[in-house]
Amino acid sequence: MDIDTIANPKLIVKNLNFFYGNYCALKDINLSIAEKMVTAFIGPSGCGKSTLLRTFNRMYQLYPKQKATGEILLDGVNILDAKQDLNMLRAKIGMVFQKPTPFPMSIHDNIAFGVKLYENLSKHDMEARVEWALRKAALWDEVKDKLKQSGTGLSGGQQQRLCIARAIAVKPKVLLLDEPTSALDPISTAHIEMLIDELKEDFTIVIVTHNMQQAARISDFTAYMYLGDLIELGKTNNVFTNPKRKETEDYITGRFG
Amino acid sequence: MNVTPNLYTRRRIINSAGLTISVLAMLFGLFWLCWILLTLLNNGLPALGPAVFSQMTPPPGSDGGLLNAIAGSLMMTLVGTLIGTPIGILAGTYLAEFGQRGWMAPVTRFINDILLSAPSIVIGLFVYEIYVIRTQHFSGWAGAMALSILVIPIVIRTTENMLRLVPSTLREAAAALGAPQWKVINFVTLRAARAGIITGVLLAVARISGETAPLLFTALNNQFWSKDMDQPMANLPVVIFQFAMSPYEDWQNLAWAGALLITISVLTLNVMARVLFRQSATTH
Repeated sequence: MDIDTIANPKLIVKNLNFFYGNYCALKDINLSIAEKMVTAFIGPSGCGKSTLLRTFNRMYQLYPKQKATGEILLDGVNILDAKQDLNMLRAKIGMVFQKPTPFPMSIHDNIAFGVKLYENLSKHDMEARVEWALRKAALWDEVKDKLKQSGTGLSGGQQQRLCIARAIAVKPKVLLLDEPTSALDPISTAHIEMLIDELKEDFTIVIVTHNMQQAARISDFTAYMYLGDLIELGKTNNVFTNPKRKETEDYITGRFG
Repeated sequence: MNVTPNLYTRRRIINSAGLTISVLAMLFGLFWLCWILLTLLNNGLPALGPAVFSQMTPPPGSDGGLLNAIAGSLMMTLVGTLIGTPIGILAGTYLAEFGQRGWMAPVTRFINDILLSAPSIVIGLFVYEIYVIRTQHFSGWAGAMALSILVIPIVIRTTENMLRLVPSTLREAAAALGAPQWKVINFVTLRAARAGIITGVLLAVARISGETAPLLFTALNNQFWSKDMDQPMANLPVVIFQFAMSPYEDWQNLAWAGALLITISVLTLNVMARVLFRQSATTH
């Protein structure tokens, strides 16, 4: 499809099928994710966009009845290979979820948790890393005086930015965002959208969103999915103004979904 | 809106009838509870002097206290809890975190449910059979062992339930950072469920501190001061049982005092457990 139009793909998905038990939720997906760009997955509920996102860090593997077939290449290496170390993969591909998920520990420890798994930093370096991540997530000024307080005490929008800070603190290559603003108010949403725009300088970002305006605002590429099929992937501008497929047009013009 | 008056009246009558029955049922339960507590206070308070905490259980007809029984109960409850809690938490964690695959977890859960409702006298007899008969004497260790067998299923059940209350998104979030499963469990899920698990342990302590039947066959009793867990050991429930059944009035008074002590401590533990659990519910 559009694989050729993406010059420098970070992730390449080839012939991906995904099963919940016997139910086939993704059907022969082929697509590429451009490096240091924002790619948005849109589509009606149940179309498989979150499922597709969760194959990139093999999150589905926490659940015994789910499985994926095909290939997903990260920098040319197939991450669906049985030999792929799962924890190492997830250190490279970070994820932020729909609902904020602060750990029941201090703000500082929330961020240090992931870093400590793979890096042996001195106390000073760790503090610097925590500050770096919180600054990146535009949360530093709000929490710099209460790093020792519990992360669960923050507001919803702050919690979500804490989760983003936590994900980027380990310096992953790819950041997966699964409807990161759907539980937030408009102001927090605006915060996070601005943040995504800055983060793409350092990270490859894939975002699932229910909100088409959001996809139009923040993404460089948009993929429209329906019932487990990838209908169309292209430059966001093109997909929204001049879709190639009738189904995409129906969806984005609100005639359907 | 078109209201059918009959339907509306009917619903109101059913509503108030239901409410009345519920309140009556609550009053019925409260009535007995209050009666028990009042009788206990009435008979126990006068018998509760400093001697209860400073003197040993007396022979009939002389003065004495419950010191050896209190100490024995505390020691056996403590040891029973110390043995039962880690086993219970580990097994509960297994059931909640690793129990999705295979047949081990459902079978364990089923057996645990049986153990949870097993009559405590059966557990006393079991320890008597496997430990007391072999060592040929009653002992505090045997008592603690029987109590720990009572603790284990309670802690397993609450640990599993509390871990299941932790949203799976929290586990996913930790796994998404590249944390291996043991770190996810140790540093995130168990921590998130901590207050609930401690509540379960407190409830287990409350449960075993009043158990008589398992101690009757294991620790038996001891009239004298003894810190040796390898000897028969005095304990409040058995002393209450023995003294309350006796014809001597001073023994009966001590039994009341002991019963009051146990009730107060169980009540305190329950209240503590509730407060703790409520706190955790508001912070999450």
